[in-house]
Amino acid sequence: MADIKSIYAGIPHIDEISQHGVFEGSKGKRMGTFAERSASQNKIVDSLEEAVRRTGLKDGMTVSFHHHFRNGDNVVNLVVGKLAEMGFRNLTLAASSLTSVHAPLIEHVKNGVITHIETSGLRGELAEQISRGLMDFPVVFRSHGGRGAAIESGDLHIDVAFLGAPSCDPYGNANGYSREEDQSISCGSLGYARPDAKYADKVVVLTNNLVKFPNSPYAIPSSNVDYVVITDNIGDPKGIMSGATRFTTNPKELLIAKTAADVIRASGYLYDGFSMQMGSGGASLATARYIRQMMIEERLQCRFALGGITGQIVSMHEEGLIDRILDVQSFDLDAAESLKKNRFHQQIDACYYASYLHESAVNQLDFVVLSALEIDTAFNINVLTGSDGVIRGAIGGHPDTADGASLSVVVAPLTRGRIPSIVQTVNTIVTPGSTVDVVVTDQGVAVHPDRPDVEVKLRDAGIPLCAIQELKERAEAIVGKPDPIRYKEKIVGVVLYRNNTVIDVVRQIEEDQ
Amino acid sequence: MFVPGNNPGMIKDAGIYGADSIMFDLEDSVAITEKDAARFLVFQALKTLHFGKKEIVVRINDLSSGLGIQDLEAIVRAGVHVVRLPKTDSAEDVVFCEKEIERIEKEAGIPLGTTGMMAAIESANGVLNAKEIAHASGRLIGIALGAEDYVTDLKTTRSDGVELLFARCMILNAARSAGIDALDTVYSDVNNEQGFIEEATLIKKLGFDGKSVINPRQIDPLHKVFMPSEKDLEKSRAIMAAIAEANAKGSGVASLNGKMIDKPVVIRAQRMLDLAEISPIVEGEEV
Repeated sequence: MADIKSIYAGIPHIDEISQHGVFEGSKGKRMGTFAERSASQNKIVDSLEEAVRRTGLKDGMTVSFHHHFRNGDNVVNLVVGKLAEMGFRNLTLAASSLTSVHAPLIEHVKNGVITHIETSGLRGELAEQISRGLMDFPVVFRSHGGRGAAIESGDLHIDVAFLGAPSCDPYGNANGYSREEDQSISCGSLGYARPDAKYADKVVVLTNNLVKFPNSPYAIPSSNVDYVVITDNIGDPKGIMSGATRFTTNPKELLIAKTAADVIRASGYLYDGFSMQMGSGGASLATARYIRQMMIEERLQCRFALGGITGQIVSMHEEGLIDRILDVQSFDLDAAESLKKNRFHQQIDACYYASYLHESAVNQLDFVVLSALEIDTAFNINVLTGSDGVIRGAIGGHPDTADGASLSVVVAPLTRGRIPSIVQTVNTIVTPGSTVDVVVTDQGVAVHPDRPDVEVKLRDAGIPLCAIQELKERAEAIVGKPDPIRYKEKIVGVVLYRNNTVIDVVRQIEEDQ
Repeated sequence: MFVPGNNPGMIKDAGIYGADSIMFDLEDSVAITEKDAARFLVFQALKTLHFGKKEIVVRINDLSSGLGIQDLEAIVRAGVHVVRLPKTDSAEDVVFCEKEIERIEKEAGIPLGTTGMMAAIESANGVLNAKEIAHASGRLIGIALGAEDYVTDLKTTRSDGVELLFARCMILNAARSAGIDALDTVYSDVNNEQGFIEEATLIKKLGFDGKSVINPRQIDPLHKVFMPSEKDLEKSRAIMAAIAEANAKGSGVASLNGKMIDKPVVIRAQRMLDLAEISPIVEGEEV
């Protein structure tokens, strides 16, 4: 020891090798048992309030949340309620998405607790009020991949992440499910929470299910977690997920799905070893079923299925049709259950899934089937605002997958009730038309003019095609041409593309329409 | 395919599922309080919507009810292709309906005879009068069985189809005697695809030209039953080729694989090829 002290100063380039000086002895050796240590030395904090205090959260900072609990989420309302009670103001709320259960945020916005919101989507009363000018600062809408990239790059700096977890050990190893006995709440993958855990300055995990160390497997490692709060109140299992997503019997959705599957086969992207992503809407799910039939008939294997995962994809994995599942979000209990038991069902995070900053998984997709609220004659897609101009949706991974996949197929009924889906100009551009290859409706298929290769293949396969303009005219012939929505000047939302450039804005709507 | 006449959502989408004929119903699927609204809706649908090359049929209410005449007044003027007359018990029913159609065509300045007719036979009397009904009007394109009312009249219920055998055979023979189409009744259990296919297979064997469906999901299975197999088509093509060859040689007798080809064989082969031609699997309709 004495030797090293005396020669320390003489070590060449020592300033570049270490700034920490000479070893001066280890800390006191711990001699308690593992069981004793887990009980006394851990990250569990008695109350949420205490955890908030310890994070050092201040007015004006950014707090983040994930949306894996969907309509069953209670974490956002619980935490923001507590922050309001503690007197915080001027906070930025950066959630991976928000749903209709988050209506209590309206009061917190009015009271100045929340002044900025970043999210993938908004629904319900909160969305209504924001569209009517609730906030001074526009809501920032990002895709799942765009949010991951913004967190990675520091565009979106998170001061404190509050992450609900259906299982967590005393050190913060957290997951969306558990292999322990208590499985009262399960959400499967925690893919959208993981960038927050990794990059936030401070991370608080809220769990209803404290399991022994080590929680295995984990989505969020303890090294990313600062505090653990135990509360029964993280969410309502009924709203988090339902059982198996039911297969549609709606004949129009089946017709669209059948056509979409025919388009995919004819396009040449359905081959042995292909990759795919399917949405969770009725028509997308049904498309998976027709694809399954084609795979069996033609003896094809799918190398991997990506994205939000449903029981439909799981059953195809279990019958040997899909080799690997990459799961950023589990849509139903069958998907969550599979994540638990199938070793090639892999949980992934939002950056791995779709960040533009590296070769993310969406770039490996052969095809994706996506839905749309509106499609315009330049193939631009709106999944965010309704036909009344009010925010009522979520960007999700729409622009990420449309851009990443070699063939993006957008499915939509030509009309929904009296509302046309194909229009001259979409209310809000979420996914640029240049990344949309084929539009499939119940009354015709249109191929993007930049994809003559696909057009030729579909024609050769006998699939009747028409111009997108014709689809628009057909829709108008049935339901007429809607009056344009009247907006005020005020911008209430800014839509960022997946590379975080501004692609569109959402304006406040006029009341009397 | 039956489409309730009071459901605008279903009416506007009726053309997209590949049904050869769309039948808007003003009768049993429309409640008595909805009759006027349904009539107005179907009238407007016929005037404004485009259903491509589909045959458009409207099932009117019973003419004895008074509603039937009002239905005719609207839909004949709207240019319906075929009027489906429900509960046809006798040739007089057909003649009465035909006279009303003729009157309305005259009043509306529509060329006489434009509107076709189809008679649905739904009672024991109707079945026994099937031949007279089938011959009652030149406007008739076909006669159809309506099984639900018929089995009630017989004091039985629908089961494996044995209860309908006599009626089906009567209607089929009556239709053939008049040179018009024979169309089978609906299969109501839409979730039982296997049962539907079995019934469709049976009526195809009997000789029916088609079958009514109540859900778009039944269209594909029905077409598959009626679509000639590739083997049958090949044989038919070979027969027609042999005939063409014989005609070219000026020979009156054609043979294939050492067998003489009779006239009925030629008719069946041609019918098979015609069926393949109009089948949606082959049809390349540009949309």
